[in-house]
Amino acid sequence: MQARSVLVIACGAIARELVRIRDMNGWRHVQFQCLPASLHNSPDKIPGSVLDIVRAEQENYSRLFVAYADCGTGGALDKALEGTGVERIPGAHCYEFFAGSDVFLGLAEEEAGSFYLTDFLVQHFERLVIQGLGLDRNPELAPYYFKNYKRMVYLAQAESDKLQSLARSHAERLGLEYVYLYRGDDPLRAVLTPVLGNSESVT
Amino acid sequence: MVIDQYDDIVLAELSDEELIEQMYDDLYDGLADEVAEGTQILLNRGWDATRVLEEALVAGMGIVGIDFRDGILFVPEVLMAANAMKAGMALLRPILAETGAKPIGKMVIGTVKGDIHDIGKNLVGMMMEGAGFEVVDLGINVEADSFVAALQEHRPDILGMSALLTTTMPYMQVVIDELKKQGVREQCTVLVGGAPLNEEFSRVIGADAYCRDAAVAVETARSFMAGRA
Repeated sequence: MQARSVLVIACGAIARELVRIRDMNGWRHVQFQCLPASLHNSPDKIPGSVLDIVRAEQENYSRLFVAYADCGTGGALDKALEGTGVERIPGAHCYEFFAGSDVFLGLAEEEAGSFYLTDFLVQHFERLVIQGLGLDRNPELAPYYFKNYKRMVYLAQAESDKLQSLARSHAERLGLEYVYLYRGDDPLRAVLTPVLGNSESVT
Repeated sequence: MVIDQYDDIVLAELSDEELIEQMYDDLYDGLADEVAEGTQILLNRGWDATRVLEEALVAGMGIVGIDFRDGILFVPEVLMAANAMKAGMALLRPILAETGAKPIGKMVIGTVKGDIHDIGKNLVGMMMEGAGFEVVDLGINVEADSFVAALQEHRPDILGMSALLTTTMPYMQVVIDELKKQGVREQCTVLVGGAPLNEEFSRVIGADAYCRDAAVAVETARSFMAGRA
């Protein structure tokens, strides 16, 4: 066992932010094992993939934590984790913990037809959104997917002109209004600090 | 002489049986023009619209549904297939309306409040229509009051609710509670569907059945209708 160390089983789409938060806070007891970000498009595979790592690593760390929200599993991730003693990030999906629950619920209430982007999704839009939805092969399907969306909300973790410009071009490509909202790492840090921040609690 | 096996197939030269098989392939491949052409050929050969719908389009979409369930096809392919079916339906719908065939049941369907996703809902609506149901589509982002009002107005046999988001699926419970409050819950069978749902959720909220996909929705609706007869 790696004494007093915590393994965070995480979605690859938030790896950069997790490492940044850990390093900035000096959480040297925290290690990460990431699953492919492409599971974002097939959430039914998330619970089994997470549970495989939990089973393989539970004896090797003093504690495990799952850096996924429900992420479209419809409660199946919670069910998979039942009885393991392993917790996950609260909330419905990464947009919620990147925005902060109150802000996210406000955005959803304001416009149900909001398509959300994070730094990761802005950078990997082509692979995860365009190719993931088959729009590279069948661009004529775009209206089926997006006709009810009104706006694209970029929840930014890092301030970057380049990413903003890219995000705006994604919105234009799909004919959606572009909304930029810088949230930084604070909402996610606030969620992680109680569970990862206190190394003394790791026994 | 070498025959090129990849020569274009002339649909009009195929026997009925071969044409149906080819239409299954064309539906599977999402070829809207070819499916429309096949539909027209069958009509020209004297097939009635109901038979074309059931034996060519609905049966073909059933194959697509099975491969979607088994993870062989994905949403984009199913959408292309649905689009192709729609092209055939466009030719059949006016004929079916003219003949005045009595629907086998009526369904009210909608995506619940807070949710704007309608791909699955539309597919279910189309398949139900293909199976002979009259479908009243309430659209997206539908409030409980609107579901209740639609039930009172249309007196459907089936109510279908759809949600794609973990955050919106609990609203189905709100709708069912409202149906109970207004005394109309027992008036119809409630079917629910959507990617994050499962049978347990359906049971907990008090729906009659969870439908994993459009083909299952049709089967389930038919079976409830048979139970009512």
